[in-house]
Amino acid sequence: MSNQSDPPMIRFDNVVKRFGDNTVLDGFTCRMAPGEFVTLIGPSGSGKTTILRLVMTLERVTDGLIEIDGSPLSHMHRGGKLVPADEKHLAGVRTRIGMVFQQFNLFPNMTVLRNITEAPVRVLGLTPAEADERARDLLDLVGLADKADEHPSRLSGGQQQRVAIARALAMRPDVLLLDEVTSALDPELVAGVLGLLGHIADTTDITFLCVTHEMGFARDVSDRVLMFDHGRVIEDAPPERLFTDPREERTREFLQAVVGRT
Amino acid sequence: MPDNANRIVSTILEGLPFTVIAAVGGIALTIVLSLAAGLALLSRSRAVRVIARVYVEGLRGTSEVVQLFWLYFALPALVGLQLVPLYAGILVLGLNHGAYGAEIVRGAVRAVPRSQVEGALALSFTPAQRMRRVVLPQAFVEMLPPFGNLFIQLLKSTALLSFIQVTEIVQRGEQLRPTHGADLPFIYVVELLLYLVLALVITAVMRLLERAACRRIGREPVRNRFLGGVG
Ligand SMILES: Nc1ncnc2c1ncn2[C@@H]1O[C@H](COP(=O)(O)OP(=O)(O)O)[C@@H](O)[C@H]1O
Ligand SMILES: [Mg+2]
Repeated sequence: MSNQSDPPMIRFDNVVKRFGDNTVLDGFTCRMAPGEFVTLIGPSGSGKTTILRLVMTLERVTDGLIEIDGSPLSHMHRGGKLVPADEKHLAGVRTRIGMVFQQFNLFPNMTVLRNITEAPVRVLGLTPAEADERARDLLDLVGLADKADEHPSRLSGGQQQRVAIARALAMRPDVLLLDEVTSALDPELVAGVLGLLGHIADTTDITFLCVTHEMGFARDVSDRVLMFDHGRVIEDAPPERLFTDPREERTREFLQAVVGRT
Repeated sequence: MPDNANRIVSTILEGLPFTVIAAVGGIALTIVLSLAAGLALLSRSRAVRVIARVYVEGLRGTSEVVQLFWLYFALPALVGLQLVPLYAGILVLGLNHGAYGAEIVRGAVRAVPRSQVEGALALSFTPAQRMRRVVLPQAFVEMLPPFGNLFIQLLKSTALLSFIQVTEIVQRGEQLRPTHGADLPFIYVVELLLYLVLALVITAVMRLLERAACRRIGREPVRNRFLGGVG
């Protein structure tokens, strides 16, 4: 699937991220091919969320470079040199990236429909009618066509997360970041949301970068799984290999602990 | 009740329009200044923050009466600009309460969870759109109760305008003093009751606004809060 000669959709080149003197990422290097579904696993605090937040431009790299589709994300060209990106540059590249959060982060001051149409209208410049049509198609996709005029607070967690997925898709991103999107859900709602994401991954050419503790899901949909520990990738393999025959002791321990927990 | 109660009440009532205009004008100016200064306190630019901070501390930390005298008596002497008393009063009421309101706006904006800003950022909203479309509508709900208290304080401060001869209700009452010395208790009770009625109107309006705002963000309104709380 991932052809190394293709220009990668996401490229991390020696990315370092520190918070004070806590080094969270220590020279992270990785490429993700267009349309690839990459899952990050690893113990809590190992830096998985930080990677997604760097790509979403919610955090800035301390050192190293991130590229999206061949152009720099964390940096920009100025006078033939690469300098840290300013707000204007970030605003330009950000529209290609979407993110779904653990806690959904829906806007409580807008209806479900408005949550989905607001950014396409204000950011992409769609007419309200175009955005409305796009949003209703997406609500159909996520199975919530009848909830368009509800307040988000009236929906179950699973429904709210489906709306958040529709909201991210309405921007037609090239890259979609998923950060433990089912961790806040009641157990009986998890399968529905994961099924939806699997369907979207199968039917679009979006590049996915996903953090999850749902190992069954990771195994079904991922093209590649990266095992993280202390800000480093200690194993990078297709899921069928990584889950059945982990080469690293830490991976084995982690998988046992996660399976034991669920 | 004194024999000339009717005459006393009707004289004081003649001041009511001035009290109401001063309060409404002051509230309008307070809202504008609170928003402007409150957002300025949160600005990325240090210079803007400093200017806003100077305004807030300067007006909160000095006497309202002296501010009023300064604007009404000192300004003409300095630059030859004589303000109409009512306008000078509205200006001081707005400037003064806007300084308190700025802190309310700042606090309410900061109370909106960071995750909401990040949700908006992930959709590529500009900083202005994040503020206007996501943060302020949510902060608005939090602002209403403290603004209700602030507006009631502003209403009571309109009595200061009697010092610069605005014929609001206190000034009208004072005009009765020479001829109705024996009725002073009654005069002041009438004035107190008028303030109370106006304060209740403000409370009622603010609670309606609060209900509507809560409903808009899908939250249950806070019920049974006696007269909009204390403060
Ligand atoms: N904004 C922040 N400020 C300081 N430390 C942070 C911040 N965000 C994350 N960290 C730290 O970075 C480390 C990795 O966090 P995170 O990326 O959330 O891990 P994971 O998602 O793998 O659990 C943790 O030690 C965490 O405390
Ligand atoms: Mg995390």
